[in-house]
Amino acid sequence: MHPAKSVIFFTTASGAGYGLLIWFALFGLLNRMPLDRDFALVVLGVAFTLVTAGLLSSTAHLGHPERAWRALSQWKTSWLSREGVAAILAYLPMFAYGYIWFMGIQDRNLVAVVAGASIVLSLVTVYCTAMIYASLKTIRAWHNGYTVGGYLIFSLMTGAVLLTFFAHLRQYDMRDEVSAAALLTLGVGLFLKQFYWRFLQTASSPSDIGTATGLGGPGKTTLLEGPHTESNYLMDEMGFRIARKHADKLRVYASMLGFVLPIVLIVMAVFLGGWVEILCTLFAVAFCAVGILLERWLFFAEARHVVTLYYGAARA
Amino acid sequence: MTSLPTTTEKKLGLVIDLDICVGCHACAVNCKEWNTSGHSAPLTDKDPYGGDPAGVWFNRIHTFEVREENSNGRTVHFPKSCLHCEAAPCVTVCPTGASYKREEDGIVLVNADTCIGCKLCSWACPYGAREYDDSAGVMKKCTLCIDKIYNETLRPESRVPACVSTCPAGARHFGDLGDPDSEVSKLSAARGGYALMPEQDCKPVNRYLPPRPRKKEAADIGASAEVRAKDGNLEGAGLLARLVDRVLSR
Ligand code: SF4
Ligand code: SF4
Ligand code: SF4
Repeated sequence: MHPAKSVIFFTTASGAGYGLLIWFALFGLLNRMPLDRDFALVVLGVAFTLVTAGLLSSTAHLGHPERAWRALSQWKTSWLSREGVAAILAYLPMFAYGYIWFMGIQDRNLVAVVAGASIVLSLVTVYCTAMIYASLKTIRAWHNGYTVGGYLIFSLMTGAVLLTFFAHLRQYDMRDEVSAAALLTLGVGLFLKQFYWRFLQTASSPSDIGTATGLGGPGKTTLLEGPHTESNYLMDEMGFRIARKHADKLRVYASMLGFVLPIVLIVMAVFLGGWVEILCTLFAVAFCAVGILLERWLFFAEARHVVTLYYGAARA
Repeated sequence: MTSLPTTTEKKLGLVIDLDICVGCHACAVNCKEWNTSGHSAPLTDKDPYGGDPAGVWFNRIHTFEVREENSNGRTVHFPKSCLHCEAAPCVTVCPTGASYKREEDGIVLVNADTCIGCKLCSWACPYGAREYDDSAGVMKKCTLCIDKIYNETLRPESRVPACVSTCPAGARHFGDLGDPDSEVSKLSAARGGYALMPEQDCKPVNRYLPPRPRKKEAADIGASAEVRAKDGNLEGAGLLARLVDRVLSR
């Protein structure tokens, strides 16, 4: 599949924003948030900015962005529509949370409700995003359990890495707990991705050139002549292929930058302290961001669509 | 609405005969010709006379080579357009309701006034039947020539899709595949018509008729006894031919 920049940025940025909001709310629920209004507002502001920038960029690839509101109407059948509805609903507790901190409201029950709603709606939104891809039977690389698992864990992971930086920046007590959350999700994310890539090696669609044409399976039927000499929309959008050797390299880069280096840096931060810990967590954020962008690029670039069977692929 | 109708009154669709399609691309050309001023007009072309032409087509003809035992490869031309699926995933994924399946005849259409051009439907369609029009920013697709098949200003015999009426080999048939007694249903049943990629669970309406088994014997294509005799087959050959054969075979 063609890896569109807007969609890669959207899924990673909004994923990180929701992840950050989830951890912020969770630590709030557990009463582990320092009573620091500026800190809280900065964290919430960053979450809001990431989510909003992501959503806006996702409308950038539309043919008619001005009609985007229409996408909220078909939540009964469409995961894309559900995602839009969930994303808008998730803004409500986000704003309420900001208001609570801004006004310095200390009502534990109110905070619990708002934090709980933030967590649930953020998770639901990320889940809907994942289901847009996971529900597509035409793409074996997405139509499996790793898609939902991956989107959820990478959202939590990038959010935790971000919160780790903020917690270390202000040297708060809870920074070790936040670091632990980041390390845990980084570890799980790293394993999940390796298992996914192993799965991709053997996973193949139930469809092949035989079922696509009804003429005979791979080896028996081959494309003799395409419908035209030039490319077309389908070939550009669905027929994107990445060379095996390039993908292998990029997988290593994504694993190193997105997961391994942030793990090393956060461990260093926990043990070193001082300005080094701030620097370490800052680099952890930077590497993780590049790594997750690479991961998402590969998620699209490595996915093969069954329509390629009509354009010369024997298997999809 | 992008909820699919539970049933449709008719299941209009195409039956495409792979045995006699000659791969002339006439159906694709006439599809373009009709539809570029029809329901989803225009079928935009980009750089049509330049070095890198691209354009919107609702119908494309692929050509496959099929290897068969004890014979040379065989060429099969394979036209492909929307199959107007009963369980069309392109409809259910659409977030706006722009994609819909008509309850009265099962035709799958896009409303160009509400489509946001998110392209998700083209990802959901296994058959590559959706075409994004870059210049209009909306998705387009085969309409089953909705503006022709119901067009009362046309003679009744012309009220068939453009691709069907233009096919010089008669390889395309149009009708109600929901009615077991319709011509197309009977044709499909008689010839073993099949659905493409049934495992994708889209329940396509269109049917493809497989190429008939290759004819290897001269008699299979109606060769006369004399011709067959020349081929060494003396069954039914004249007295003289038998005599000559015996002399020469010695
Ligand atoms: S062929 Fe594709 S575009 Fe046509 S109805 Fe089926 S899924 Fe939809
Ligand atoms: S491109 Fe248009 S028709 Fe297709 S899913 Fe998006 S809004 Fe619906
Ligand atoms: S039915 Fe009409 S729109 Fe569809 S492929 Fe045939 S000519 Fe084109």
